[in-house]
Amino acid sequence: MATPKRSKGARPRRQSLLARWRGWQHHHGQSAAESLAKVLGQPLGSLLTWLVMGIALALPTGLWLMLDNLAAVSRNLDSPAQLTVFLDAAMDAGGATELARSVGGRDDVFSSQFLDRDQALASFVADAAMADLAAGLDENPLPHQLIVTPRSEDPEAVARLSAELAALAEVESVLVDTAWLQRLERLMRLGRRAVQILGALLLLAVVLVLGNTIRLAIEGRRDEIVIIKLVGGTDAFVRRPLLYTGLWFGLGGGIVAALLVTAGTLLLSPLVRDLAATYGSNFTLRGLGVIDSLQLVLLGAVLGLAGAWLAVARHLRAIEPR
Amino acid sequence: MIQFERVSKRYDNSHDALKEVSFDIAPEELVFLTGHSGAGKSTLLRLIMLMERPSRGRVVVNGQDLASCGRRAIPRHRQSIGVVFQNHKLLMGRSVYDNVALPLQIAGFEHRDIDRRVSAALDKVGLLHREQAMPMSLSGGEQQRVGIARAVVRRPSILLADEPTGNLDPELSAEIMKLFVDFSRVGVTVLIASHDLALISRLRHRILTLRDGRLVAPGTARGNA
Repeated sequence: MATPKRSKGARPRRQSLLARWRGWQHHHGQSAAESLAKVLGQPLGSLLTWLVMGIALALPTGLWLMLDNLAAVSRNLDSPAQLTVFLDAAMDAGGATELARSVGGRDDVFSSQFLDRDQALASFVADAAMADLAAGLDENPLPHQLIVTPRSEDPEAVARLSAELAALAEVESVLVDTAWLQRLERLMRLGRRAVQILGALLLLAVVLVLGNTIRLAIEGRRDEIVIIKLVGGTDAFVRRPLLYTGLWFGLGGGIVAALLVTAGTLLLSPLVRDLAATYGSNFTLRGLGVIDSLQLVLLGAVLGLAGAWLAVARHLRAIEPR
Repeated sequence: MIQFERVSKRYDNSHDALKEVSFDIAPEELVFLTGHSGAGKSTLLRLIMLMERPSRGRVVVNGQDLASCGRRAIPRHRQSIGVVFQNHKLLMGRSVYDNVALPLQIAGFEHRDIDRRVSAALDKVGLLHREQAMPMSLSGGEQQRVGIARAVVRRPSILLADEPTGNLDPELSAEIMKLFVDFSRVGVTVLIASHDLALISRLRHRILTLRDGRLVAPGTARGNA
């Protein structure tokens, strides 16, 4: 209204779609930049929010990574299927050796190794914790054993072999060593589910924390929001910078989480290498890859947006010019 | 342009702010609204801006019955009206430029257009040189002029002002009023609430007077400014 003459395009609603699109884009850019400046303008408060989010995201991520590594370990274990055949107590070493040879000759057996009962006790006692226990024994309670490795790892084939060996007269019982692997597998499944539940709870916590942070931001900008609404600001216009604020908090939280998990991996990795070395393994701890880290950051961003949206939906309506 | 048909507004505490108010403001007219404080001036302006809804009666602005304007349509309605507030209602954390640019941003104007229009509006109120200043550093009169620049920057067809000269000395008040008269001359419908009778009677425009929520002098005599 600066000049009496109305130039073309003076009427507000005559704006071309392209012009509106550019204006909309510009406001997005401006909202993003201004909210980022505001977030960075309060470094301490923002850092706390980022840390809270980062820790909440890092916990389930770290646990998941641990389970992943455990799964890798269990896959790397040699001869997952191994049968321990306990022979009848009356059997002597000579007969046992004979039997080991005959079992080893079977088509479905890869190797069969005779383990003398004295030898078995000796290796048992070699473990310091067991030594005391063994010292209290008057005589060797262990029978002679055969360690049988089947040719096939197919569980059915292993079960069939186990049944046939158990049916032999000289055999007291057969222990299938896959049992503990299956148990480990079940434990890991349990662990995964537990981590999923924990993760879901923590993600919810992240959203709520973010929602509260944004609620405070809304309170802090109450006057501004009232003025914007008074001059005709739409809900979307008022919402935009707040959603960007949530996005920045979320992104920061995701980055902190990725850094925390990476730091944790680096701290644990030499210890794991030492431990693996005692098993004669060169296993190394797998950390977060680049893609995983990016996904974590993205997840943080999405959660940040979700939290902001939640807060905005709940609280923005209540602020009307009075 | 602005029509009130037997409009009443009763607040929750059973206080009648407006009683059976009817008037009609023609396009491009400048009308003053006066009355002592609490007479209902602010309520009347708030009804036009849809900050309140009438208890009874009809308010028609720019041909639209405001009863048909739902919550989601309020922003668009407010965008079509320029408002100058008594306490300026500026964004204190932002520059003069940003304050004036706000309605254009809301309407989705392009950066270039915003620049041009903000400069023109600030030039009109004589504050072009204070573009980058913060509102805090301005005097009351200057802040009020920033508010006026913001109200007119989108070239609305209706301009409302609530006590625009409230805290200003007579000389500044006259200057501000002259701005409003200028706007009405270029085709804007202007409604100014003011209790500064001395000033507005000098300007010889139609005056609506409210007393205890009733319109007492449905003035039709329209002077020439």
